Amino acid sequence: MEKIFAHPEALYDLTTHYCPGCGHGIAHRLVAEVVDELGIREKTIGIAPVGCAVVAYDYWKFDCSEAAHGRALAVATAIKRVRPQNIVFTYQGDGDLAAIGTNETIHAANRGENLTVIFINNAVYGMTGGQMAPTTLLGQKTSTTINGRQREKHGYPLKISEILALLPGVCYVERVSFHSPQGVLRAKQAIKQGFKNQMDNLGFSLIEVLSPCPTYWGLSPKGSLDWIKDVMQKEFPLGRIK
Amino acid sequence: MVKKRILISGNEAIAEGAIQAGCNFYAGYPITPQNELIAYMAKYMPLSGGVFIQAESELAAINMVYGASAAGARAMTSSSSPGISLKQEGISYISGSQLPAVIVNIMRGGPGLGNIAPAQSDYFQATRGGGHGDYHLIVLAPASVQEAYDLTQTGFYLADKYRIAVMILGDGILGQMMEPLKLSVGKIKAPILKPWALTGCKGRKPNIVKSFFLREGDLEKFNLKLQKNYEIIRKKEARYEGLLLDDAKVILVAYGTMARIAKSALNKLRLAGKKVGLIRPISLWPFPEKAFQPINKKVKYLVVEMSYGQMVEDVRLAVNGYAQVDFLGRSGGGIPSEDEIITRVDKLI
Repeated sequence: MEKIFAHPEALYDLTTHYCPGCGHGIAHRLVAEVVDELGIREKTIGIAPVGCAVVAYDYWKFDCSEAAHGRALAVATAIKRVRPQNIVFTYQGDGDLAAIGTNETIHAANRGENLTVIFINNAVYGMTGGQMAPTTLLGQKTSTTINGRQREKHGYPLKISEILALLPGVCYVERVSFHSPQGVLRAKQAIKQGFKNQMDNLGFSLIEVLSPCPTYWGLSPKGSLDWIKDVMQKEFPLGRIK
Repeated sequence: MVKKRILISGNEAIAEGAIQAGCNFYAGYPITPQNELIAYMAKYMPLSGGVFIQAESELAAINMVYGASAAGARAMTSSSSPGISLKQEGISYISGSQLPAVIVNIMRGGPGLGNIAPAQSDYFQATRGGGHGDYHLIVLAPASVQEAYDLTQTGFYLADKYRIAVMILGDGILGQMMEPLKLSVGKIKAPILKPWALTGCKGRKPNIVKSFFLREGDLEKFNLKLQKNYEIIRKKEARYEGLLLDDAKVILVAYGTMARIAKSALNKLRLAGKKVGLIRPISLWPFPEKAFQPINKKVKYLVVEMSYGQMVEDVRLAVNGYAQVDFLGRSGGGIPSEDEIITRVDKLI
């Protein structure tokens, strides 16, 4: 009988530390599957963020580097410039990529660095206990917006993907979502495209993933998926942005 | 670079020394008074096959050095005082990840934006780590253009040998003044193998470069490993120049540009028959404590700095209360003059 499903080689067979219903485990696996399918495990270098996925390198079976909070794209820029034959990607959350690291993000994109970025948007700071993220929705309650995010006090959800799409150095931006199995499959296709672009030397690719955080959304795992579909996608519409 | 002897600024000599040492990655952000260095790298780094990046910030530049070093490159950044403050986060991560790197600080006046005049007021920051955590950099303080060139090469070698960040600590005078430089082309020491570097995991287990140790006990174990490395460096890598110490009644202690002025004062004092010597620390960390041993209780030390008293603390620790330590310092644009030094020595003798 033909084997049609297996554990990815690029992923250690471990139980993750993530909360029930979290999207990180899915995202890690999709990256691993794509790396395997493209046959690039032995030349891939991943950059783990600061945030819930800080120990992503414990789960991926390829070379990885830490980066200080927000600095992943500066670290990745240098690794790729020093080793252009390797495949280099960053894996970053919304706080990392779009708050403390906005400068590094915009300038790496604007230089057109030949990199792939997996951007996990769950609209909240998970690791530190559920504070407001740059992508927190208006009205969304967090530990630092106890009455919900208000535009007068906190500004608007930051659409970093749309901003980056304006830059000529950026070749590919797509927003995907983990709200359904179909969404997960589409996310995998987008991640694969992002890696292929780098292999073809096309420049900067970013895949934004709307990913559930039941713990700090105060919802069940199923309720979180519905919230992505019914609420989050209205603010962050899915599809190819560039 | 074909000529064997050239006239060049300190900033350019550091850049050329780095290239000669096999530096193949430079990232920096403009700041006075070290701009000749970044300009030299922009021109010559690509010619030698290396990577040059003008970063969007000091933070990005030091984190690019982190990435380049993690990927096995000989990596460097340079800046001046306010920019070095910005880099401290990255320097702490580099230290915590045991990455070799060379960081150049051409000091200017502070605190804050200060001014662009030469100063030595970043001594504490340089020798005490500078960022968060228990760590040290090797800090080398050249006093001439030639030494800036030579110590930069030494710096790259030590960085790789001990997997540590090395700081070349100069000031605006050293960076900008021009002196003849004898090039030592082709003297690059054999590269040190880096089996820990990120190259892709073909034929081996994956490598991870990180400074994060969450499990109970792991960080303490790692910190003890760092401390053991620092202990070896303390024993082996302390450097200084001692001048006319044997019969000296007053010993001047100064580093970098300040030591040049102290040396001029010393020469005049000796001509007048005054028994004065000079200790010039070349490595500021590790501090060359052995230069003060055996402790002679009859000797008086005069520490001269372009600061309001930073290295003087290390001198006091080195003599541990057994000898008199006096201090003369100016900063914020002021530089202790030959005459000021002579006047103070006359009072001490």
